[in-house]
Amino acid sequence: MRELSYRHALREAFDEELARDENVVLLGEEVAQYNGAYKVTEGLWEKWGAKRIVDTPISEAGFIGMGLGASMLGLRPVMELMFWSFHSVAFDQLVNNAANVRYMSGGLINCPIVVRGPANGGTNVGATHSHVPEALFAAFPGLKVCAPATPADAKGLMKTAIRDNDPVYVMENTMLYGNMGPVPEASEGDHLVPLGKADIKREGSDVTLIAHGRSVLRALEAAEILQNDHNISAEVVDLRSIRPLDQETILRSVMKTNRAVCVDESKAFGGVSGMVATLIQEHAFDSLDAPVKRVCSLDAPAIYSPHVEDEQLPNPRRIVQQVLTIA
Amino acid sequence: MPGPADTKFANLDFASSPINSSLTPEEKIGIYRDMVRIRRFEHQALAQYQKPGKMGGFLHLYNGQESVAVGTVSLCGEHDHLITAYRNHGHALAVGMSMDECMAELFGKAGGCSKGKGGSMHFFAPDKNYWGGHGIVAGQTPLGLGLGFGLKYKDLPGCALTFLGDGAINQGAFHESLNLAALFEIPVVFIIENNGYSMGTSQRRSSAYRECLAQRAEAYDMAWDLVNGEDVYEVRAKTHIAMERARKERQPTLLEVDTYRYYGHSVADANAQKYRTPEEIERYKTNHDPLILWKQLLLNEGVMTEEAAKGIEDAAKDEAKQSVAFAEASPAPTVESIMDDVYWETDNNTEASKIGRHFFND
Repeated sequence: MRELSYRHALREAFDEELARDENVVLLGEEVAQYNGAYKVTEGLWEKWGAKRIVDTPISEAGFIGMGLGASMLGLRPVMELMFWSFHSVAFDQLVNNAANVRYMSGGLINCPIVVRGPANGGTNVGATHSHVPEALFAAFPGLKVCAPATPADAKGLMKTAIRDNDPVYVMENTMLYGNMGPVPEASEGDHLVPLGKADIKREGSDVTLIAHGRSVLRALEAAEILQNDHNISAEVVDLRSIRPLDQETILRSVMKTNRAVCVDESKAFGGVSGMVATLIQEHAFDSLDAPVKRVCSLDAPAIYSPHVEDEQLPNPRRIVQQVLTIA
Repeated sequence: MPGPADTKFANLDFASSPINSSLTPEEKIGIYRDMVRIRRFEHQALAQYQKPGKMGGFLHLYNGQESVAVGTVSLCGEHDHLITAYRNHGHALAVGMSMDECMAELFGKAGGCSKGKGGSMHFFAPDKNYWGGHGIVAGQTPLGLGLGFGLKYKDLPGCALTFLGDGAINQGAFHESLNLAALFEIPVVFIIENNGYSMGTSQRRSSAYRECLAQRAEAYDMAWDLVNGEDVYEVRAKTHIAMERARKERQPTLLEVDTYRYYGHSVADANAQKYRTPEEIERYKTNHDPLILWKQLLLNEGVMTEEAAKGIEDAAKDEAKQSVAFAEASPAPTVESIMDDVYWETDNNTEASKIGRHFFND
């Protein structure tokens, strides 16, 4: 299969959906003429023009609310936050309006928007630019959240998100944009990855590592170390979608391995892994041979220092260490 | 950019502007009827609110401001849309929502316009181009901008009327909306319904400005105007100009309509009689009431008789009373219904909605 970068796979998703539906419009800071702060939207303005690919001023509350209002009239705005960290200046639009309008109108309105952009630590940009808010937004009924780890999932989830009739918040990752991976050719048909479907990225029998986003890749690295150095066979479940959540796949894997370690770049308090651990203890309690463990980001604002930032994040060393406490 | 210099100080005859001189007697009477219906609905809502156990939450009454919603909505056509904040009953009734569904919503009943899920601040009727009913001050202004963006994108010949209160003009979301509207040439008309008070804080104590609030539009190179809200003819004439600017030139406008609310910020406003004098309220009720003024005008024009006016008032009273009976009779939402209307996909039982867990109840 051909290989594409994560950013190229995303771009292909936009390009195909722009062609498929004239109501799809891309909005955001530097997405058009600048070709995207991370070159995710490179070439799209040139191809599709200023009506479909719209540069906005640095005005997140304004343009996200604008896209949301336009979605009520049937547009499908795909709005880029240059960093998901900037959600805080648009929070009223992202939550009070996007998550609630359908409910407060008794189901008369739906908002088919996508808000997307990178949400990750690891690039030494300090606490204001390193938020990973997937658990935060997944906590609001009315919103959907996903976090692809591979180029193929990035493309497939983005296309699904654009077609979904509810607000979908896609958490990308600046550390993944350059990663290469196999992505099916467009000629093989629409490559769609459904929301709510996890993926087993590595099969194993001794412990289940449950992760999403870049943490999936760190978990895969850890699984390799566990196999080679400790003869422990780790299964890696990539959640892909946070809400809806594939509870079934999580439980099936844990019931097989009898041990679970959640790997989650969120902070532990209220993180995605908190929800996953709760579901495991509630539904697979009798299958567990050990407490569910978590490897989250160390519980402080994101540190800048390139010397130690990686130690704040879930990394293979920390994952292996945690697995060894129960396996 | 056209500012208000040409109209502000002139004693213009708005009755003879084409948009008003073309009004039929029936349309003029209709405007009176719509204003009276809003007033009677609000009176009845207040009466019910004061009875224990009928309604919860807040109740932001529109009494005194009726000419703004009715005057502007009377100009709307098929492709014109509107959105407002939480003082939204007047706009809802003006676009044609029924008193029954509105009163039932206040009562939190399943027969309410939002099935009892929105309450007083959140009325919606997308089929009537009415997009709410929003609770957070200025939070609706980017949405109104988006309605305009959508109209332009779809090349539809309409505009988006985006209402806000004078207390909303200091919120960032509003300024972001003004900038984007001017920058992208969006067919939107922002309408500040200036009733003088952002809750209990007067305009002078909340906003820094030179002559008026709408003047802030100049910073965004946007057209603006001041409107005397007590005069339906003036509301219509000036809003019409702004709407035509939006529809035909794809240019936004900021209007500031001088108006007044007779009740507190909400019924729960404990200081409603403290931050302004009873004399001030009485002065407005006596000399500036838009219903009294419009009625007198129609009587003077010979368009409406006292008897016809009385008939309209009685009918509105009855309609409001009957809406209470409708609301009383409507069932409460079921506990099961709490989980409806969260996601379009689950409501419609789509294939996508069957994949993964959407809800996390016990």
